[in-house]
Amino acid sequence: MDLILVNLIDGLVTGLLLFMLSAGLTLIFSMMGVLNFAHASFYMLGAYFAYQISIALGFWMGLLIAPLIVGVIGAGVERYGLRRVHQYGHVPELIFTFGLALLIEEMVQFIWGKNTMPYSVPEVLNFTAFSVGANSIPAYKIFMIFTSVAIFIGLLFVLNKTRVGMIIQAALSYPRTVEALGHNVPLIFMGVFGVGTALAGVAGVIAGPVLSTFPGMAFVLGSIVFVTIVIGGLGSLWGALVASLLIGWITTFAKSYNIEMADILNGVGIATPENLSDSVLRDLWTITSPQIADILPYILMVLILIFRPAGLFGKRES
Amino acid sequence: MKKFTKLGAVSALSLIIGASTAFAENIKIAFIDPLSGPFASTGTNGLHQFEFAADYMINDKGGVLGGTNFEIVAFDNKISPKESLIQLQVAIDQGIRYIAQGNSSGVANALTEAIKKHNKRNPDDRVLFLNYAAVDPALTNDKCNFWHFRFDANADIKMDALTDVIAADEGIKKVYVIGQDYSFGKAVSAAANKFLGEKRADIEIVGDELHPIGKVKDFTPYARKIVASGADAVVTGNWGADMLGLGKSVIENGFEGPIYTYYAAGSGITGAFGASGKDRIRLISQGDVNPINSDEARATYDAFRAKYPEGNIDQSRIFNVIGMLGEAITAAGTADDVIPVAKALEGMKYQSIWGGEVFMRPQDHQLIQDMHVGVHTDENIDFDYDNSGYGVYTESTVKMASMDSATTCKMKRP
Repeated sequence: MDLILVNLIDGLVTGLLLFMLSAGLTLIFSMMGVLNFAHASFYMLGAYFAYQISIALGFWMGLLIAPLIVGVIGAGVERYGLRRVHQYGHVPELIFTFGLALLIEEMVQFIWGKNTMPYSVPEVLNFTAFSVGANSIPAYKIFMIFTSVAIFIGLLFVLNKTRVGMIIQAALSYPRTVEALGHNVPLIFMGVFGVGTALAGVAGVIAGPVLSTFPGMAFVLGSIVFVTIVIGGLGSLWGALVASLLIGWITTFAKSYNIEMADILNGVGIATPENLSDSVLRDLWTITSPQIADILPYILMVLILIFRPAGLFGKRES
Repeated sequence: MKKFTKLGAVSALSLIIGASTAFAENIKIAFIDPLSGPFASTGTNGLHQFEFAADYMINDKGGVLGGTNFEIVAFDNKISPKESLIQLQVAIDQGIRYIAQGNSSGVANALTEAIKKHNKRNPDDRVLFLNYAAVDPALTNDKCNFWHFRFDANADIKMDALTDVIAADEGIKKVYVIGQDYSFGKAVSAAANKFLGEKRADIEIVGDELHPIGKVKDFTPYARKIVASGADAVVTGNWGADMLGLGKSVIENGFEGPIYTYYAAGSGITGAFGASGKDRIRLISQGDVNPINSDEARATYDAFRAKYPEGNIDQSRIFNVIGMLGEAITAAGTADDVIPVAKALEGMKYQSIWGGEVFMRPQDHQLIQDMHVGVHTDENIDFDYDNSGYGVYTESTVKMASMDSATTCKMKRP
């Protein structure tokens, strides 16, 4: 019972972190039709910038400044890179962001080297908030939860209640009409791209200390972010949230319990083959849930694409 | 007339090329290890140590065979066995005779097979495999061959020494074994079960688990399982980002006991653990630098620090690889024919600059050496890792560990 509660909290932390990444990506994709392969790289930049700033000015200034720098870089990439490439169609855009991801990884290795950076949790948050059984919940995790929830509420407010949000939403579905009404759509695009990458930067700042700051950190998170936005439905903030939490909980629970495939198959009435070691299905029978935890989101994505191609909260019929 | 000039030019050119190849061609050692991706830091630090050792121990002292230098040629294998075989072919095509690799026994298994086949089919350009860190016991047992030499202790030897320490701690009743899901992780798990069962039958293995290598983003769920199992100690063979992720997560999420490891030092890992791992992380290794054993060792480390201020000598066996290869080439009198070099390496006794004598066991090409169990601490540290003030202090030493251990190796010699 204790473990269930602990896993719920851990899954929530993982999910919310994923949400901060996917929120920006889903906005960018739905608005500009650009699959930004470099999105996770901005997450990595956030962590490295924050580490560098935290050495001089402390963690909190890092949390404040690093996302801003990442956002400005993101906006610059849109303004001077993507916008030029845009006229040649979607494939060049894809290749551009793909190249950008590689470039950023190389730059990071060039500047900071390949070692893991000693970027750590700030002293004020380096204590155990509370314990469930023998499992302690670090205060930093609580901080992560609150930060991401605050960002979600903030985003929701901006998108739904403010004039800027209205224009963004309108530009999402009818960019030509919005342009005809006298709004500067390219500027909106640049702004959304900047905010989206800044969100990835925030995720990097707060994930860096717990998930380690190293040049491979973008790579390990890269593909799962795309899975999240596809499951959630492109362009939907709620969809991104629900999908992130779903993935967080599924992977956490699958890793925490050793559920064996043999038990499941026996449970549904299929008997274990007599001489398992000779059977062609041996690998299938000996699978345990932690082994397949990381591919479960991909299986979920395939199922969603089959049964609900627009995603859980997707509106578009495309 | 024109034809003659052409002919003259061509023959002159070919003479120059011929002359330059005859003049002091470096002895090249191909370094095939990950230089990008999640394990890039481990690979790059290994490369730096190889380059430094080659310069410091061989080239600066006049080279071997009357002035021939060692040259390290780096190849990035992205930790993939498939990629490694391609790089191996490239290296062989470049005329390289010595292949050094260490990170991942999966890669080492693929390389040793490929090299065995290559040497059988191409007797004119045979190569040697200098394995400096892949410790799957099979490499010097069932899969052993004449061309493979292992300079690190294998997983069984390490676990034998490590479990001595665990067994001596009466407080440990339950142990959780966790590792990466490939041949090495499985070997560690098997060795831990075997030796703990022999030495302390009362210790219960409460968890024995493998996780995907290099793919786990967050180790929290594993840490929860470890805490929930009530384990008193954790044993892991993890390395690189997987070691750091697991260790940090286990400590942060409320595990109180010691963590026994193979590779929890250097490449940013020591720096990232810092105070949180003090007196809790122990590791087994062949090289000890705290306390430093001799003035020569101190001078070597200082010279390395001068060249790589951010670097660590966390794989000091690399110096043994270079030193022993140098002596073997000198003894053989040639670097082009690897058979006499291999014969000279077999049974070689070598005085390591880090202290202690090492012995290349001829029957399986496993280097026998002193093993040390050290603790992660900031006290009495001569040489810290990652400039963090923390390092590994040797607590106990097993002399010539597993000297008489059995091997199933049946080597065919040319």
